[in-house]
Amino acid sequence: MTSKKNLGEKIRSLWEEGGRFHKYWPLFEAFDTFLFSLGTRTSRAPHVRDSLDLKRVMTIVIYALVPATCFGIYNIGVQSRMAHGLEPDFLLSVWTGLLVFVPLLIISYGVGMFWEIVFSVIRREEVSEGYLVTGLLIPLIVPPTIPWWQLVVAITFAVILGKEVFGGTGMNVVNPALAARAFLFFAYPAQISGDGVWFKLVKGRAVVDAFTGATPLALGAASKDMGLTAADAITRQYSFMDSFLGFIPGSIGETSKLAILIGAALLIYSGVASWKIMVGCLAGLCGTTWIMNLLAGPDSTGMTTLSPLHHLLLGGFLFGVVFMATDPVSSPETSSGKWVYGILIGVMTATIRVINPAYPEGTMLAILLLNVFAPLIDYVALRINIRSRRLRYAQ
Amino acid sequence: MENLLNLAIKSIFVENILLAYFLGMCSYLAVSKRVDTAVGLGLAVIFVMTITCPANWFIYNFLLKDGALSWAGLPDVDLSFLGFIAYIATIATMVQIVEMAVDKFSRKLYTALGIFLPLIAVNCAILGASLFLVEREYSLAESTVFGAASGAGWMLAIVAMAAIRQKIRYSNVPAPLRGLGITMILTGLIAIAFMCFSGISL
Repeated sequence: MTSKKNLGEKIRSLWEEGGRFHKYWPLFEAFDTFLFSLGTRTSRAPHVRDSLDLKRVMTIVIYALVPATCFGIYNIGVQSRMAHGLEPDFLLSVWTGLLVFVPLLIISYGVGMFWEIVFSVIRREEVSEGYLVTGLLIPLIVPPTIPWWQLVVAITFAVILGKEVFGGTGMNVVNPALAARAFLFFAYPAQISGDGVWFKLVKGRAVVDAFTGATPLALGAASKDMGLTAADAITRQYSFMDSFLGFIPGSIGETSKLAILIGAALLIYSGVASWKIMVGCLAGLCGTTWIMNLLAGPDSTGMTTLSPLHHLLLGGFLFGVVFMATDPVSSPETSSGKWVYGILIGVMTATIRVINPAYPEGTMLAILLLNVFAPLIDYVALRINIRSRRLRYAQ
Repeated sequence: MENLLNLAIKSIFVENILLAYFLGMCSYLAVSKRVDTAVGLGLAVIFVMTITCPANWFIYNFLLKDGALSWAGLPDVDLSFLGFIAYIATIATMVQIVEMAVDKFSRKLYTALGIFLPLIAVNCAILGASLFLVEREYSLAESTVFGAASGAGWMLAIVAMAAIRQKIRYSNVPAPLRGLGITMILTGLIAIAFMCFSGISL
């Protein structure tokens, strides 16, 4: 045991003050605290510290993402094999999915961590764990066929302009993963939307005629031209159960609602994510779509007729709500602010999906918009609180 | 009536004069450090735009437009090349009149608005709105609504920005980017977020 300890200290001394690699201390520190618990002892009171530090918070979010990730990998394989008219065999599907997902994950962590380390070394700070979650989220929310160089550009944009220029982890205004996706969405629209981006093409095999890779929401958006209600257009191809379990085309992480709900349960149980935001989002979406259903009348077609349940089960709404709207940095900190923020995300998502013909899916942009307004929501909530307390104690 | 409501929503969110057309940037970047001053300036902009847009509408339709001077017996005169100078003069005059009126009748509002009122005379969002209403051939009612709603959109943008800047006041922003640099980057991010409205047709 002592020899191991000595070895550890010998390695450590190389990176500490005066050591050969002291310049790269942040790098060492990041790996050290990732593998081992902190060796620092408190010298002054308070000695009682919460063990739930930033790194543990991030790890819990990673655990919560595991079900959605695993299912997503499998589903990409299933979708790709079905597109080529092959049997969705379990092992082969997982293998195809891994071939798609692992390169994206390596690029995401590689590029993101590279920039994190560059900034930490320049700033002489310790590398923060902030990128752990973002790095896993990004491959989960982009189409599986995204060209790798575009992903590199988007991650560079998101990490530098979305986060590091504001001072790094904990200081960003918008969620970096969403910033990366929004960048891709507006810079390279051809590669991030359309029917062909949701499954991997195998060289030399044609896509079968009967297969369309259209996401359910894209079908819903097109339903008005076909003279159908959105629900009819969607359920002709994808049943409720498939949407819930996740056997539908879509980004890797977003398809399985069941896996996302398991993650949500862990996040709420551990207290890492705010249930107020999640409930607010659901209430906002359901309320808005319900009103739209009422206004639409019995004979109308298109997205206005889509029921709240459909809205919940389709697209990336649940994923966005559970893993991105609840990002503690870019969401409001006040309790009442969280409600307002959540409800407005739901309202905006429904509005974009139904009213805006430009985008069939609105979750990403709705969360981005409310990220931008989160500081204002907090400000107003604080003002109201100050005023009501002043009135209460004025007598 | 529905038409006017649609126009208002469109000019606040979909075609936000700041985040979609990037007009009125100078005072937006300069006076967005604190929320309460941003609210003050925003209100002043709404106020002035609601007045100058219909005023410029009158000037264009009764003085400048081709054939507008027929009421004075000059049906062949086309003064529309004087547009820019006439609008900017109107805006400057209006701001001065408003400033004097506020000074005379409400000392409190005058001190609250302070330097912002005269600053508005050089806010390009206001000139931009006047030029848009000529180009898009709005009616008098539409011009008034368009002016007020564009001002409201501008205020929404500057208040959101001020809240963000108050939040990041103590952030470790790289030294060359402090101040205007980071504000420019923020404006870009906010504009991306506002893209969610683009494409909505009312």
